[in-house]
Amino acid sequence: MSGGAGLSAEEIRRYSRHLIMPEVGMEGQLKLKQAKVLLVGTGGLGSPMALYLAAAGVGTLGLVDFDVVDESNLQRQVIHGTKDLGKKKIDSAVETLEDLNPHIRLVRHEAPLTSANALEIVGQYDIVADGTDNFPTRYLVNDACVLLGKPNVYGSIFRFEGQASVFATEDGPCYRCVYPEPPPPGLVPSCAEGGVLGILPGVIGLIQATEVVKLILGQGETLQGRLMLYDALAMKFRELKLRRDPACPPGEPCTRIKGLIDYQEFCGVPKQAAAVEEVTALEVKARLDRGERFQFIDVREVHEHQICRIEGARLMPLGELPGRLGELDAEGEVVVHCKSGIRSAKAAALLREHGFRRVVNLKGGILAWSDEVDPKVPKY
Amino acid sequence: MPKILIPTPLRQYAGGAKEVEVAGATVGEALAELMTGHESLRKHLYSDEGRLRSFVNVYLNDEDIRFLDREATAVGEGDTLSIVPSIAGGRGA
Repeated sequence: MSGGAGLSAEEIRRYSRHLIMPEVGMEGQLKLKQAKVLLVGTGGLGSPMALYLAAAGVGTLGLVDFDVVDESNLQRQVIHGTKDLGKKKIDSAVETLEDLNPHIRLVRHEAPLTSANALEIVGQYDIVADGTDNFPTRYLVNDACVLLGKPNVYGSIFRFEGQASVFATEDGPCYRCVYPEPPPPGLVPSCAEGGVLGILPGVIGLIQATEVVKLILGQGETLQGRLMLYDALAMKFRELKLRRDPACPPGEPCTRIKGLIDYQEFCGVPKQAAAVEEVTALEVKARLDRGERFQFIDVREVHEHQICRIEGARLMPLGELPGRLGELDAEGEVVVHCKSGIRSAKAAALLREHGFRRVVNLKGGILAWSDEVDPKVPKY
Repeated sequence: MPKILIPTPLRQYAGGAKEVEVAGATVGEALAELMTGHESLRKHLYSDEGRLRSFVNVYLNDEDIRFLDREATAVGEGDTLSIVPSIAGGRGA
């Protein structure tokens, strides 16, 4: 038998360890083959999900990504390799998955998921697995899933800790039942700032993949109504109860989500970067060479300072800055830098709030310094 | 005395502690005790209007306090309070 709804002889050999399990069997394997799963992001969480779901024989995998593979991704984004540096993540992921399992269909969505395209894209799938890295997209994914009645398999990570759950099932809670509103920008650090243990997204991503497979098979108990918390350092799993918002009776449409909205605005992301003056690394270098006097502050963390530093910059980690303002002269000029320019923009805004008049942000941070001024400064 | 588990993103505002035992007969009192001496933690847990922030959930053992008596929920010996903020990481920018 080949094609149609059945499995080819090749597929039967490939999936034999599934086929001999009563919980999967031929019926389950065909369910997997007919399933359409959308993976939002092919990064830390998306990599393990995509690899294992493809290997398990999920028939249609949609991939959403528009990023390119960077060296700093390879510590955890195992679907990409060194040969893929500079390639589009979606191309690199498709290449790996095609090699892993030629019997599945891969669909590229090479654009950011937005309020304009989310319903159309999500509508083509049965289940969505969220591997995004930012609040606006998380709320967008959730809301699109709620509106279309598609389960949202959730996972999120920070440093050594991860969370996973299954949202937006017919009678379970959604992400907004748990977190009605996002934190204002700046109050919660991202992975790019806070770091993440490379193995962690592997663990959380595979919990998500497991839940996807269980939803497809209709087997076992999913994480619906439960938030799984994982602490890698303590090697502990804990579980908390999640409840559907009492304002949303099961079977009724969600009272909060009427349609897709402007998620950048909802999450308080400024439409334009706060108007802090920027200066390029080359300009800072030229000014230092000319012997100009200004306060040059590195707002990164101590452990980052140990990796590399810019000569002449003084370390004052962002978290310590509010308590150390007295060490700075508010009348004099301050140039701030961090790794990429995001934390230093926050530092600049903080300094201005405290009456510092001349604050300038080094555009692109120490990464730009390495690119433009001194390649001996390693990039991390 | 109840125990409060502090998540990684907030430890830097709580002197690096992972868990602390605090006095207090209610969730609100226990959190107030936790914030004593850690003023920077307050703005991460409470809004300027003094309300627990909506992206920070507090659980008494495994139950969300929003479905109990919120901050008036009684706590006692052997109870564990977990602070669980929303985190967004995953793709890794």
